[in-house]
Amino acid sequence: MRKVAVVGVGTSKFGNRTDVSLPELAWESVKEALDDARLGTEDIEAFVVGNVGGWSSEMLPAVVVGEYCGLVPKSGVRVEAACATGSAAVRTAYHMIASGEADIVMAIGVEKMNESPTPTVVEFIGRAGNYFWEFENFGLTFPGYYALYATAYMHRYGATEEDLCKVAVKNHYYGSLNPKAQFQKAITVEECLNSRYVAWPLKLYDSSPITDGSSAVILASEEAAKKITDTPVWIKAIGYANGTANLSKRLDFIGLEAAQIAAQMAYKKAGIDPQEPVKYLDVAEVHDCFTIAEIMAYEDLGFAKRGEGYKLVREGQTYIGGLIPVNVDGGLKAKGHPIGATGVSMIAELTRQLRQQVEKSRQAPIRKGMALAHNIGGTGHYAFVTILSLS
Amino acid sequence: MSDNVVNSVSKTLDKLYGEPLKQLETLIGATGLPVYKDPKSGALLWVDVRELRLRFTLSVNKIAKFVDGLREGKLLYTVCKRCGAKYFPPQADCPRCKASDMEWRETSPVGELITWTVINVKPASFSHHADYVVGIVKMPDGFNITAWVEADPKTLKPGMKMRLLVDRRPGENYITYWFKPA
Ligand SMILES: [Zn+2]
Repeated sequence: MRKVAVVGVGTSKFGNRTDVSLPELAWESVKEALDDARLGTEDIEAFVVGNVGGWSSEMLPAVVVGEYCGLVPKSGVRVEAACATGSAAVRTAYHMIASGEADIVMAIGVEKMNESPTPTVVEFIGRAGNYFWEFENFGLTFPGYYALYATAYMHRYGATEEDLCKVAVKNHYYGSLNPKAQFQKAITVEECLNSRYVAWPLKLYDSSPITDGSSAVILASEEAAKKITDTPVWIKAIGYANGTANLSKRLDFIGLEAAQIAAQMAYKKAGIDPQEPVKYLDVAEVHDCFTIAEIMAYEDLGFAKRGEGYKLVREGQTYIGGLIPVNVDGGLKAKGHPIGATGVSMIAELTRQLRQQVEKSRQAPIRKGMALAHNIGGTGHYAFVTILSLS
Repeated sequence: MSDNVVNSVSKTLDKLYGEPLKQLETLIGATGLPVYKDPKSGALLWVDVRELRLRFTLSVNKIAKFVDGLREGKLLYTVCKRCGAKYFPPQADCPRCKASDMEWRETSPVGELITWTVINVKPASFSHHADYVVGIVKMPDGFNITAWVEADPKTLKPGMKMRLLVDRRPGENYITYWFKPA
């Protein structure tokens, strides 16, 4: 397998993007990534589009994006892994280069969720489990699936709704410093606690929003990367695993087994001691589609012991200056969660963090030169853990 | 017409999507185009005039005994005759030993609540319901079952005994299954 580097990144403004169509939205990040790498569309040998769709009009998003962005007739394909679709796109592009099939490949994540009314979007995401046994008869929703974990976790370990809200407060704080975030307003624990329930015990402020957005990264082989940039960011490892579709088949409801397996796989490949991963990492992006998800991520990744993740956020250890800064771009919670774009935007953000190019107020100190992205599809249905490194 | 799942869902969807549809008709009549300015962002929007209705038909042919069971007020699972693996949801095929010869058994009447939630913000097709409780219950048969829990959520605790019911769901009138504190 050949080494693979990130050589260009771009991310659109996230939010309710009524001002652009799906391919126009994709172009915003494609152009930024091309400019970042100082490349033209003619340099891109292949592209992978991450899009979940259903709520948006295009049935074949990869060809529509390829046409608009001038990538035809380069080989293009669409991938899907629920909310980890973006990571699946990066993984596919990574393998095309690692295998020697191509030297320069672009992964593009794009989602336009606001083309449908909110109840339709709620319905679509609620169907993202094992359809007949969870939705048809029982009407589970996406917050509902995570709420099943929140109830079990809180009873077992004594975490409170206030602890969960502290995740939201942190991520909104960093969202307020990120001009591309959907929400740019800091919030208080009280505001969060007073927000209405969407799926008890999860409230509106525990939840990521419905978002339109895109993100693109250009990956290159070692030889190509050295010609393109002086600051390649290497993909050291990608770990990935699946969980059962039907939540009733899970062992317990206090962590995501798929994420634990993906993390072990990535740590092994990257040479990171799984007992002390924070010693190797400067910054992390974790999948906080709901506040409980970020707390479980701390534990699944080994940042905290099982049952102690909520203490990290209680003590402020995941702010810049703490044990490990997490989601300093606002996370899914405040930056927004355009399903297919989220995983790509994590890689774009971490690349900029490692290059020390983000807004000063939210730049993590880079001393070890390694960063981690944790991207979950569905409720632990898919899990990707990607390690980036300056060396 | 008494309330059943089909007319309950249709009525709710009419309520949700009917008004915007009337506005769209008026808009086309007045301007000749299904185009308006989003009051929030000022962005110009074209409203799709080709409505897409989705209603899937799912095969339950290989688990016909499960359907028969519901009709008789029983919830059935499968046990692989070759290797003994148990399946709920019932499976017609056993990936463990690749056999497809299954025995159908009735689930135990009582299990223990593992976790639960209250669905406050509902999907479009469930918005005719009041907030409902969904729980996952551990059955002594060796698997868990996800279903609605008919109880005040404030009274629920992990480990509580739950009785399984198979009957017509009130207000929807089709046969399904749910739990009630035992
Ligand atoms: Zn078998």
